[in-house]
Amino acid sequence: MEAVDGNAIGGLLHEVFGTDMTAVASVCGGCGADRPVAELAVYAHAPGTVVRCPSCDSVLMVFVKVHDRVCVDLLGLAALG
Amino acid sequence: MAGTALRRRLTWQVAKVAAVAVETASVRTITLDVPDWPGHQAGQHLDIRLTGEDGYVAERSYSIASAPGEPIAITVERLDDGEVSPYLTDELRAGDDLELRGPIGGYFVWEPGDGGPLLLLAGGSGVVPLRSIIRHRERTGSSVPVRLLYSSRTLDEVIYRQELDQAAAGVEVLYTLTRHQPPGWAGYTRRVDAALLAEVAWPVGESPLVYACGPTSFVEAVSQDLVRSGYPPERVKTERFGATGGT
Repeated sequence: MEAVDGNAIGGLLHEVFGTDMTAVASVCGGCGADRPVAELAVYAHAPGTVVRCPSCDSVLMVFVKVHDRVCVDLLGLAALG
Repeated sequence: MAGTALRRRLTWQVAKVAAVAVETASVRTITLDVPDWPGHQAGQHLDIRLTGEDGYVAERSYSIASAPGEPIAITVERLDDGEVSPYLTDELRAGDDLELRGPIGGYFVWEPGDGGPLLLLAGGSGVVPLRSIIRHRERTGSSVPVRLLYSSRTLDEVIYRQELDQAAAGVEVLYTLTRHQPPGWAGYTRRVDAALLAEVAWPVGESPLVYACGPTSFVEAVSQDLVRSGYPPERVKTERFGATGGT
């Protein structure tokens, strides 16, 4: 499956963070690459969404939707915002 | 105003379909009456949610085709193996309800104050948010020069062709038809590559602002070519649709 980008999960991110996140800066915990969330690689396989660094392919964020809850893992990020 | 819109809680609501218009054989523009709409920016999208009788839920994002201030419209390309688009293009009728949330996205947006000149790069239905930008430019009286390079497989698959061919002064529209060209076709005939971009793109010294939207492979190729030719990455805004065809 080909990746989309962070724009495509703008709604999900807004749901989780309460604000638009697509224009927010992110720093990869693996390679240190710095780019807006909109430019990250997104693999959306409902109910899970995996966000990877386009530079080094590290997993940066994982979102899993269970019923009405979203479980969030941001451990791959060095910084967000 | 934008700040207020961004802090707003994003909730699902039921819109009513006002009209469905045929754009091409597989593309429809759906105009919506949305009861609670805070206004949007050119380039934003919205999420559509379909719920089956068995409770199965499918969500997809669609770029907003209309300019801020115009009735909300999305333009949808039918994907034969899609879960959502065939319903939207084939089944939906004026008067039907449709669940949505939006507007969404603060990155792939353009306001007249952002300047230009604008280089808009469309792969297939990636033209949709760029059309909103072009309309917004015209409605706000902006004189920012615009060049749109639109890659499509065939002329019949070009969305908004009549509108684009009658674009306002200062908007230059260039097509490349990658699969089939009509007799006498004088436009481009190949996939967008570094050489084609070198012909079309504004000189780096003019501080152009780029919006590239389309299938992931298209957007990756054009954005990398532009950055290699000296465009600053932060002036190249991108939106990737995935593997959908049409370029």
